[in-house]
Amino acid sequence: MEVNEIISQVNTIFKDVLDNDEVVISADSTANDVDEWDSLTHIQLIVAIEKHFKIRFSSGEIQGFKNVGEMCAAIKNKLG
Amino acid sequence: MNFAALKKNLKKDVLHIPPVKVALLGDSSTQLFNHALRGYGINENLNLEIFEADYDQIDQQVMSGSSELYEFNPRFIIIFQSVEKLFAHFCEKNNQHRSQFAADHINSVEGFIDAINGNSRCNIIYLNFAELADNTFGHYANKIDFSFTYQLRKINFELMDLGRKHKNFFIADLSALQNAFGRAYAHSPQIFITTSMVHTIDFLPHVAKSCVDIIKAIQGKIKKCLILDLDNTTWGGIIGDDGMEGIQIGSLGIGEAFTQLQRWVKQLKERGIILAVCSKNTDEVAREPFEKHPDMILRIEDIAVFVANWENKADNIRNIQSVLNIGFDSMVFIDDNPAERKIVRDNLPEVTVPELPEDPAEYVGFLQSLNLFETASVTEEDGDRTKQYQEEAKRASIKKAYTNEADFLQSLSMTCVTREFEKMDIPRIAQLTQRSNQFNLRTIRYTEDDLKRVTASPDQFTLSFKLGDIFGDYGLVSAIIAEKKSDTLFIDTWIMSCRVLKRGLEQYVTNQLVEIASRHGIKKVTGEYIPTPKNGLVKDHYKNLGFVQENNVWVLDVNSFNQFQTHIKEQENGS
Repeated sequence: MEVNEIISQVNTIFKDVLDNDEVVISADSTANDVDEWDSLTHIQLIVAIEKHFKIRFSSGEIQGFKNVGEMCAAIKNKLG
Repeated sequence: MNFAALKKNLKKDVLHIPPVKVALLGDSSTQLFNHALRGYGINENLNLEIFEADYDQIDQQVMSGSSELYEFNPRFIIIFQSVEKLFAHFCEKNNQHRSQFAADHINSVEGFIDAINGNSRCNIIYLNFAELADNTFGHYANKIDFSFTYQLRKINFELMDLGRKHKNFFIADLSALQNAFGRAYAHSPQIFITTSMVHTIDFLPHVAKSCVDIIKAIQGKIKKCLILDLDNTTWGGIIGDDGMEGIQIGSLGIGEAFTQLQRWVKQLKERGIILAVCSKNTDEVAREPFEKHPDMILRIEDIAVFVANWENKADNIRNIQSVLNIGFDSMVFIDDNPAERKIVRDNLPEVTVPELPEDPAEYVGFLQSLNLFETASVTEEDGDRTKQYQEEAKRASIKKAYTNEADFLQSLSMTCVTREFEKMDIPRIAQLTQRSNQFNLRTIRYTEDDLKRVTASPDQFTLSFKLGDIFGDYGLVSAIIAEKKSDTLFIDTWIMSCRVLKRGLEQYVTNQLVEIASRHGIKKVTGEYIPTPKNGLVKDHYKNLGFVQENNVWVLDVNSFNQFQTHIKEQENGS
């Protein structure tokens, strides 16, 4: 799967978990750019993404993602 | 039930539901647990107003009388100490203190209970500890008292003893819940390490349900009756076609599945759940296995109301409801047939109708997993309940023979034992205050400890009434708490079991109240009706008894009161 396709699917998950259809994310987006993205919703996003792609993030990854791009790169890696 | 759905509930407007104040104290990150609790509460029509203490502040909040916790003044305090933190504390101890670890922990929990009871009046829900196999000693841990396994299980065991000792201390059985779902489902090490959240998002709704189940039961929202379909629900096969020899129960076919179900249902009956049958069958044919089949565990005397005919099941359940005189929302109906379940759900939405699995082998485990029969108290009288409803059915048949109500009441030769609350009756009275919804003028719930305080107060009067007649004893069916306020006697609580409606007991109780008032030189007896969705039955209670409304209070003048004539006689030397 291409990174763009992954970002698009992750965007849908963001809309769903944050319960906001307006959310638009890109590879550069960080928690500062998205209002509802805080430490509480972060963990819900992680779990939803894990379920959607049937992958597992490591604890280091969960804490370390700097932006959506890094997260999606990790997803791409795991999907192989 | 998933977390996302519960979270959506949080956006619902629940202002019409009176809030229930709950404090949540944890030694791990509890924000999402808080959301799950509130969301699940909304599912169950509860508006939980939750105070969540800061991270790991249990001691400070509980031990200091001036804390935010006590300022919030909750009805319930949920305390969640995690097994992860417990293990960390255990590791800090040296070996000789480790065998004392459980005792020390139990002492500290009892310290919480004492502090909470000293500073507030509320119920405590304590989550026991999920099992954690540290395998420092392997299985050998079971053979030594200084292993974590040994101390953890000892804590869980002794928490139950704390529950027996302190009436307002309830255990939410997290250990059993994790056993059912598995530790891998309940706990994610990645999430724990990164967020200090002990439970997975998938497991949290189940933990929330455990706590809410207990809250609901304490609030009197409980199931009282289980209604059983027969063919392919209570036994395998169709009695009308297969005959008594052909139905599967016991060793025949998959009979063991139905034996298991019946064994569990019998347990429910013995602890006070009323059983009813609602089956599409010819009455005699349906009764035969209950009377004659050697492998049937449920016998005809276990069934309080037996309805087998070819009518619509929703109508039949309405009949069962009118005989038992309990709310539809306290009834559970099980039936293997999806069409019958739908008819009952569509017509009687308040009745709980579980979506039974297709394979009868799964029936009992599935029903047990729903935890439908949570309770906040158990008394010895509960077990007699089926007998009481059967006696009631006899009374109903006698009543038909009398055209005159007074003649019927006279024929019952009713006797009453009136007493101040006695120690041995306190559990039953607390249960009445918690469970009575219909005949309850102000719906104030009392725990056993509350009632002990009431009986010790010089300005509060209590009366309990035990009624009996030629058919049997009703047991303790009515209770009064009244408070002397200068020249009036205010009726704080007037509750009565609906089983004794229209027996003249309300009039009899009024006579007793007036007698107390005049004995103490009190001029007026006053009462109040606080409406709830369920107590419309007693809307005109005080009016019917001759009280006069003044502002929002009903007043009865003691001097001008004429004693009611009733058909109830006080039993001399009653016990």
